[in-house]
Amino acid sequence: MTATLERAERTPQTPALRHRLAERGVDRQLLLLAPAVLFVALLFLYPFFYGLQLSFAPEEGGPLASYAAFFTDPYQRNTIWITLGLSLPAALLNVLASVPIAYRMRGSFRGKRLLTTVLVVPITLGTVLTAQGLLNFLGPAGWFSKILLSLGVDDPVRLVGNYWGVFFSLVITGFPFAFLLILSYLSGIDPTLEQAAATLGADWKQRFRHITLPLLAPGLATTFCLAFVLAFSVFPSAILVGNPAGETRVLAIAAYQAQYEQYNYSLAAAIAMVMGAVELIVIAVVLLWRSRLYTGSTGGKG
Amino acid sequence: MVALQPGKRRIVASPGAWLVWGVVAFFLVNLAGVVGSVLVSSFGTRWFGTWVPEGFTVQWYADAWRSFGLLDVVIVTLQVSLLVVLISVLIGLPASYVLARRSFPGKRLVYFAFLLPILMPPITYGIPLATVLYKYGFAGNMSGVVLANLVPSVPFVILTMTPFIEQINPSIESAARMCGAGMRALFLRVLGPLLVPGILAASILVLVRTVGMFELTFLTAGPDSQTLVVALYYSMSAAGIRAQQSVDAMAVIYTSTMLVLLVIALRYVNPTQLVARVKEAPEP
Repeated sequence: MTATLERAERTPQTPALRHRLAERGVDRQLLLLAPAVLFVALLFLYPFFYGLQLSFAPEEGGPLASYAAFFTDPYQRNTIWITLGLSLPAALLNVLASVPIAYRMRGSFRGKRLLTTVLVVPITLGTVLTAQGLLNFLGPAGWFSKILLSLGVDDPVRLVGNYWGVFFSLVITGFPFAFLLILSYLSGIDPTLEQAAATLGADWKQRFRHITLPLLAPGLATTFCLAFVLAFSVFPSAILVGNPAGETRVLAIAAYQAQYEQYNYSLAAAIAMVMGAVELIVIAVVLLWRSRLYTGSTGGKG
Repeated sequence: MVALQPGKRRIVASPGAWLVWGVVAFFLVNLAGVVGSVLVSSFGTRWFGTWVPEGFTVQWYADAWRSFGLLDVVIVTLQVSLLVVLISVLIGLPASYVLARRSFPGKRLVYFAFLLPILMPPITYGIPLATVLYKYGFAGNMSGVVLANLVPSVPFVILTMTPFIEQINPSIESAARMCGAGMRALFLRVLGPLLVPGILAASILVLVRTVGMFELTFLTAGPDSQTLVVALYYSMSAAGIRAQQSVDAMAVIYTSTMLVLLVIALRYVNPTQLVARVKEAPEP
């Protein structure tokens, strides 16, 4: 007791800079954050700005030459539309298909765990097995064509080596992910809200339209963003089950070719920057729309 | 008729339910076809235009194991992913502690900086990152692969761990501090044991992500630092050199590895509780 008193007397009561900072929440504990911040700065921000600078410093031409080369060449420019044409519908389908399935799977019923597991397993498939499987299954000699033939469809549709092959692989890899997120958002909505509406005479359409949907909308937006990011960065499957020279030449392929086949680092960096920008624009649009909706707790069941 | 527990629903066969379950069944049947055709092909001898191959063999697995030098690839994959898990937890855990407990000026900015690597497509930052790593002589060997894979993993650990730490009552920490525990003791003897489930969950998720991460490894790996996905991709895109069945066999090996990892992960994490924390009635 006396020892603490003595120590208190010895330290003068003038508020040092350290104290004033501590009052605002800055003290030595924040140093715990340092490794992570340093890490993100060194391995993410520095390469990112290095790439940005590289994209403005082509070997010949002005600072904008790489971007000009990308945007004036229709073969390159179209990769933006190809990527969006693949990833937007795939993400939209994955999210929209998840809603009714997850809606049916709320609460607990027998076999729920098994069904969830079955729907989650495709996450483990990996692009290569998915690609091999799609080629084997949907290819001209595959089981799918055989079934179509035995059903009397003479002219089997081409489903791999083009847009559809990549689209299917995006659905297979993206759906489980979107479904899991939607399921957890949906089970976070307090079921008593719907029960209350039901006692007031609302049928399921009204309950869905006026209660579940508004509460789910922020979750839908987040899930769409993540599903979109996943589909937007499609790269291996666009080569393996798509048509990497034409229909499914996505931005990632264009960037990869510029970097490792043409050794045009400036152009590759420029394409990477365009890719990031396009993606962030889509996400920003979705999040802007989301910010106009209800944000807050959806009332957990517990 | 057994009375159902309150809150337990049965699947009611309304037209809407039929439609939904029909679509799910159709998806699952086709998925089974996709997976099954690879599985059957990997065990088949010759398969031309018939429903099933002429005979069955395990020769392709032995073939894949030998000719791809699969043992080395698996060892590299394990080394890379374990290193990534270890480093990302060591870096991420203290940061998520600060983010969960403290408020300080610029917190939103820091949070956004951690969010960006997860939001960006890997190719976008992977290409400049590979350029930088090559410039400093890291790429083309294992250190480059580990460094590149850390970029999305550290933020991932931070974002998954923060809610786990928020769940721990701060008064436990205050009590420990009252009893004279310093920061070190606090982490090792109070928070650490409480956080074991969270750390395990985050580690396994990072492990699954790293084993499956194609782009970053593809951009930074040299010939002897390829992980399983990348080796698999090369063997598939170099068509004609490898027998298709041995690629199939390798894909099956990859997927079963991932499946084991995922099943372990599902033991620790209820996947539906990752975003919104829902308290569900415990399984009877």
